[in-house]
Amino acid sequence: MITAEVILAASEGANPLLPNPWEILVTAVAFAVLLFVVKKFIAPTFEKSYTDRVEAIEGGIEKAEEAQAEANALLEQYKAQLLDARTEANSIRESARAEGAQILADLKEKAAEESARITAQAQVQIESERVAAVNSLRNEVGTLATQLAGKIVGEALNDDARSNRVVERFLTDLENQANAGVSK
Amino acid sequence: MTAFALPMASNDGGFIPPTISDTHLPDILPWMAEYGTGLGKQMVMIILSVVLITWFFMAAIRNPKLVPGKVQFFAEGFYSFARNTVGRDIMGEKNFRPWVPLLFSVFLFVLLNNLFGAVPFLQLPSFSHAGSAYAIALIIYFTWIAVGVQKHGIRFFKLAVVPSGVPGWILPLLVPLEIISNFIVRPLTHSLRLMATMLAGHMIVVLAASGARFLMTEQDNLLLQGTGVAVIIGFVAMYGLELLIMVLQAFVFTLLTAIYIQGSLEADAH
Repeated sequence: MITAEVILAASEGANPLLPNPWEILVTAVAFAVLLFVVKKFIAPTFEKSYTDRVEAIEGGIEKAEEAQAEANALLEQYKAQLLDARTEANSIRESARAEGAQILADLKEKAAEESARITAQAQVQIESERVAAVNSLRNEVGTLATQLAGKIVGEALNDDARSNRVVERFLTDLENQANAGVSK
Repeated sequence: MTAFALPMASNDGGFIPPTISDTHLPDILPWMAEYGTGLGKQMVMIILSVVLITWFFMAAIRNPKLVPGKVQFFAEGFYSFARNTVGRDIMGEKNFRPWVPLLFSVFLFVLLNNLFGAVPFLQLPSFSHAGSAYAIALIIYFTWIAVGVQKHGIRFFKLAVVPSGVPGWILPLLVPLEIISNFIVRPLTHSLRLMATMLAGHMIVVLAASGARFLMTEQDNLLLQGTGVAVIIGFVAMYGLELLIMVLQAFVFTLLTAIYIQGSLEADAH
């Protein structure tokens, strides 16, 4: 399909700087169409998805920051609560210790009182029993001694008054001897 | 096609290297008409690029999700490159927003048309044709001048060509230089940088193809035919380099667009 004329025309060597006016026209019009389409449809859509994305990312960051702040607040709250609980536990422990000490002291005091009371009571009882024993001994010893002496010396000692005096004197001597023995 | 036909056309045994004209294929509509008289392959590819970009990005954003899928992520990669890496970093947080669609369009338009040069059968970077490079560079040229005039009024031209903080006696020398540099050389370099790199890359493809074909089919010597294979191996390396340059030039073109517009917006700042 290539004719000799075409080849001859071509082989003369065209100037590459000389434009084909049709090409200028076609390029200018085509570019104008492209620019129109880009300006009208393509660029706005891209810009919109840009801003949408920025908003989504910024919204996400904001949300994350909110969650973070919330978590921090909760943490602070928990920490405060923990501190409160610790303080309370400490104070409870302290008061329990103090109370325990108080109870112990009370018990000690009560025990001491009780023991003192028991001792005093025992002493009183002992004293009274001793007195009773002394009295009954005195009577019995007197009677026995009188009977004994009567049997030994006969009826001479039947006079109660006199025998009582003798017995009293004997017992007093006896007591004095015993006291002297104790004090010695 | 033409490149392959050329050696046959004047088959006196010697290798005829491809010329610039080989990038000028016969037109499609009317079919096989002489280049420049009707709708050519390059124009079809320009239109195809707009269709492809529109189709891909409209599909990618049809159902935008907060967490992007693979396609949306891929599409967003291009957008955020034009928006953040080029727009925001060059023009600053304050100014860049209204210019993102322009930068995105320029980047995708140039990138895809460059990459056409690496696609088999298409195999023609659209911007290796000067007309397209001029067209897009001119659009940007008028844009940054309009931005400057809108922002600073007619004083913009003074701001653009009279540098501040320069001793008065040097101005007669400097002002003409600034006029030439900003208003004449700038759009030329902006367009020709793109056109020349794409054309050079394309010529390498054409040269490698015609050279390899010449060596492998026109030679009787087996050793010489073998060198044709070496040409193809070397071409693969060049192809990788070309891919890099195609992407890089799209980036550079967009970057310069951003720098020029930024220069107009902040013309009074320097």
